[in-house]
Amino acid sequence: MAGDRADSLEQPRSAAYRPLPGVPDEMVAPDGKVRPLWRKLVAHLDALPDDGLARDLARADRYLLDSGVFYRQYGGGESVERPWPLSHIPVLLAEKEWKDIGAALRQRADLLEAVMADLYGPNELVETGRLPAALVAGNPEWLRPMVGVKPRGGHFLHFLAFELGRGPDGEWWVLADRAQAPSGAGYALENRVATSRAFSELYPDGNVHRLAGFFRNFRDALQAQATDKDSRVAILTPGPMNETYFEHAYIARYLGFTLLEGDDLCVSGDRLMVRTVQGMRQVDVLWRRLDAQYADPLELDPASRIGTPGMVAALRAGAVTMVNALGSGVLETRALMAFLPKLAPDLVGAPLAMPNIATWWCGDPAARAAVRASPRRMVLADALTTRLPFDPTDDLTRAVGLPAEVLDRRLTEGGGDLVAQEAVTLSTTPALVDGALVPRPMTLRVYLARTARGWAVMPGGFARIGTGADVSALAMQEGGAAADVWVVSPLPVPAITMARQVSAADTRMAAGGLPARSADNLFWLGRYAERAEGIVRLMRAYHTRLAESGGTGAPLLAGFDPLFRQMGIDPAAAIPQKLLDNLSAAIGSAGSVRDRFSPDAWSALHDIDRSARKLAPKVSAGDDAARALSALLRKLAGISGLVHENMYRFVGWRFLTIGRLHERAMGTAALLAVLCDPKAPEGALDLAIEVGDSILTHRRRFTLNASRATVIDLLALDPLNPRALRHQIDGLREQVDMLPAANDHGALSPLAREALRLHTDLATAEPASLTTEALWGLRARIAMLSDILTTTYFH
Amino acid sequence: MLYRLRLSIRYDFARPTGVGRQLLRISPADLPGMQDVHHSSIVITPPPAERSQFTDFFGNEVTQLVMPAGLTQVRIDMTGRVRRLGEESELDLSASLDRLPDDLHEITDLGPHSPHHFLRPSHRIPAVAPIADFARKACGKAATAREAVECLGRAIHGHMRFDAQATEVDTPIAQAFAGRHGVCQDFSQIMISGLRSLGIPAAYVSGFLRTNPPPGKPRLEGADAMHAWVRAWIGAEAGWCEYDPTNDCFVAANHVTIGYGRDYADVAPVTGSMRLAGGQTTSHSVDILAED
Repeated sequence: MAGDRADSLEQPRSAAYRPLPGVPDEMVAPDGKVRPLWRKLVAHLDALPDDGLARDLARADRYLLDSGVFYRQYGGGESVERPWPLSHIPVLLAEKEWKDIGAALRQRADLLEAVMADLYGPNELVETGRLPAALVAGNPEWLRPMVGVKPRGGHFLHFLAFELGRGPDGEWWVLADRAQAPSGAGYALENRVATSRAFSELYPDGNVHRLAGFFRNFRDALQAQATDKDSRVAILTPGPMNETYFEHAYIARYLGFTLLEGDDLCVSGDRLMVRTVQGMRQVDVLWRRLDAQYADPLELDPASRIGTPGMVAALRAGAVTMVNALGSGVLETRALMAFLPKLAPDLVGAPLAMPNIATWWCGDPAARAAVRASPRRMVLADALTTRLPFDPTDDLTRAVGLPAEVLDRRLTEGGGDLVAQEAVTLSTTPALVDGALVPRPMTLRVYLARTARGWAVMPGGFARIGTGADVSALAMQEGGAAADVWVVSPLPVPAITMARQVSAADTRMAAGGLPARSADNLFWLGRYAERAEGIVRLMRAYHTRLAESGGTGAPLLAGFDPLFRQMGIDPAAAIPQKLLDNLSAAIGSAGSVRDRFSPDAWSALHDIDRSARKLAPKVSAGDDAARALSALLRKLAGISGLVHENMYRFVGWRFLTIGRLHERAMGTAALLAVLCDPKAPEGALDLAIEVGDSILTHRRRFTLNASRATVIDLLALDPLNPRALRHQIDGLREQVDMLPAANDHGALSPLAREALRLHTDLATAEPASLTTEALWGLRARIAMLSDILTTTYFH
Repeated sequence: MLYRLRLSIRYDFARPTGVGRQLLRISPADLPGMQDVHHSSIVITPPPAERSQFTDFFGNEVTQLVMPAGLTQVRIDMTGRVRRLGEESELDLSASLDRLPDDLHEITDLGPHSPHHFLRPSHRIPAVAPIADFARKACGKAATAREAVECLGRAIHGHMRFDAQATEVDTPIAQAFAGRHGVCQDFSQIMISGLRSLGIPAAYVSGFLRTNPPPGKPRLEGADAMHAWVRAWIGAEAGWCEYDPTNDCFVAANHVTIGYGRDYADVAPVTGSMRLAGGQTTSHSVDILAED
């Protein structure tokens, strides 16, 4: 390391950077000089020693890890969460160039809107021969049930993305249009936060346009579409198994929108309703991240299990603003790019300001001739594909690789099914590979949102950075990394945050209603986390006794058996499978409510799960296990703190708290019933105090040794002991009373009534009356509360 | 021919149902020059919580229902009177198979009856290589598209055995074809797959068959249930013709049309949760009586 630094001091980091011959580079001009825009960043990079740079970059990685930024990757039949692959060096673009890009993309957005309006309206483009009928009629993304359905508010498209590349002449072109449900805007935000941490000395005064204003304007535009100004905009997600679910939850949290799955919604009287714990609430602005065909099993794909029956009927009735209208995926059809340049003068009054990549639909004889004439330049694909041109799952063929007669036959027989596109190359931008700056190919994703003042362009976006030096667009199939995009102004930029309207958003949040599914998941998250803690406490006490008894089968050890049976624990394993199952279940529940869940708590939950799994095969019974379990217990306590202390005290928090109190009440009742039974072995009472985490309190309240009466008093009846049964029941009653429709001016719901009865019975009980039988009876009544809660709020 | 129609569908559920949305496509279609509907009505018992009508993309009348929760039985009764005007045409004005793509290219409308909707494979009618081979062999000598329709329809009728027990509503066509058995839905979807493989746009037709045969004629196969057949586009001049592969005949006055689609899914009589609810039994009866 020291030697490296000495080298780098002699030769600045940027000096070794060599753009590829004949390929435009973002940082270095053709004359070999660093472009003026990049000089500050380059000077900064050159001035940093290796360890300083490594430390700065680690700040960005740390941020991404702590925020739990990941994406889901499918392959080999399973899906795994992958850390977000950040390429730390941002791509810098001048404000002036960005304005031109923005103007061109606004025009293209208008063009797409016009094409969409025609395809789902009069269909004049096909009628007059400007678009081939086969391209529309044979297109699985052209959704017939949506034909003739006018979008509420008049616009089909509200949020678009464009994939751009810079060609050899330095000009930009459009590689692909994203109109179905463009992803990545949330990742762009996270890239920005991470990158600004890595360059924390440079970013604040770097005249870099901020992203928040774009999101704020779009949020306000969506909110303005709602007929009821108190209702909340919702984001419709396919659910936690989707590749970009993290982003759906992130954006929902960032903008204060409700995150919904198809199952949360139903259509009643042609209105779209969400099931909440407060009853049915209307939703009339939906930002969908679900591909349209899955949105309604009744009128679209009947096999969809993630849709809402009747969604199309609600849209037909004009009851919902859908972002974007169902059916917008047809605009992503690759062969459409062959026609957009010709349509532009007619539909938007001017030729395209930014060309798209040259495209030929091979159903046209002239196009086939063009492909035959210069196969070297062509890539062939399915005419109707909507994948990105460098999607790794896309079936692409370089025409040049095909023998002439094979190419000829494919074109003749399947012409209409094929599209040919020019095999383009990209520009390069610097990336850090093993500490050295190297040129890597890149594409740019730019986002546009419709606001009250027309299309707004996100001043930034995200860049895909290729893995190697091959600059053909096709090589991006190999995957790579993502980089932040800095649009740099010659003047200082105004600081913008989301904060300005936070108070308004909070009011809306209160009115929005908690989806029943989220409430259910929060309740169970509370239960699973508490149950995990109960198991750890019990196992730790067991292994401590085991160590004390020298591994012999002392009678007290047998006293644990009824509890193990009750909780389904096999004590043979020091870290029982039951604990791991509970942690998985907690993660599953938390994963379904990530929009309402602190990222720190999420990381902590994963952290303890990893620790438990790592420890499980290693620890041995007795002292070793007791120490490992103590470590786990400390981590669990940390989670409780993060979850309970950092969550806004609204309805969601109540369900989480009720879950925790309920589980602890169940556990304590069982613990006392077993260990305070008159037939329990000697030492059982001390054990109860230890598992009940009340050793000190017992000592303080009772100077004498533990008796059944003192233990029952302390762990069942003492309202001030936070581990006592009474304390859980008091808490339950208090929380239940504040649930929606629980206490209507004194008229109690069945749930509130039962909680009150339990509370009264326990408040009036005495140690002697709480026999083993009475304790089991109490436990059964507590269990019933969960059933009542479920039928009242989660269905 | 004037027909009196009666269709009854009954669902019995083992467990009370939840709230359910359904779409019904069971009403006879008004087809100018082919079929006049004098009267048609649908009665639902018990009454639905919500009910409305709309016309779908292909021009089919759809009844939209929301059934209340807690039902153990639902009855759907459709009655109607329909005059069927169709006469079987012996004249072959259809294009040759070579000419058909050019004819198709000239068509630029995307209305409900445009042939363009019916050429590509659809969800339930994928391209199946053995069916395409079968179609090519069956139609080797056909000079015109109409002849190809007749040759393929006849060949499928000869190849397949009508068996109401052999297939389910979801049986893939490749499996029904390999097993050489099925009902009108299988016969029709297999024929459509074959026609599309030959470049002939082909649609799925849902409807009824007369129950009481004309004097001296045998009762038609499939008359005691809802029926299905095939509509093929045979060129710009001839337009559409309809063929019933289950009964090996061009469609004329013995058939009553409900609607058109790319395959069964577009015109399924009942779509929605009722069909999916567990532990149910369904009965279904049809009477189509000629009055004159």
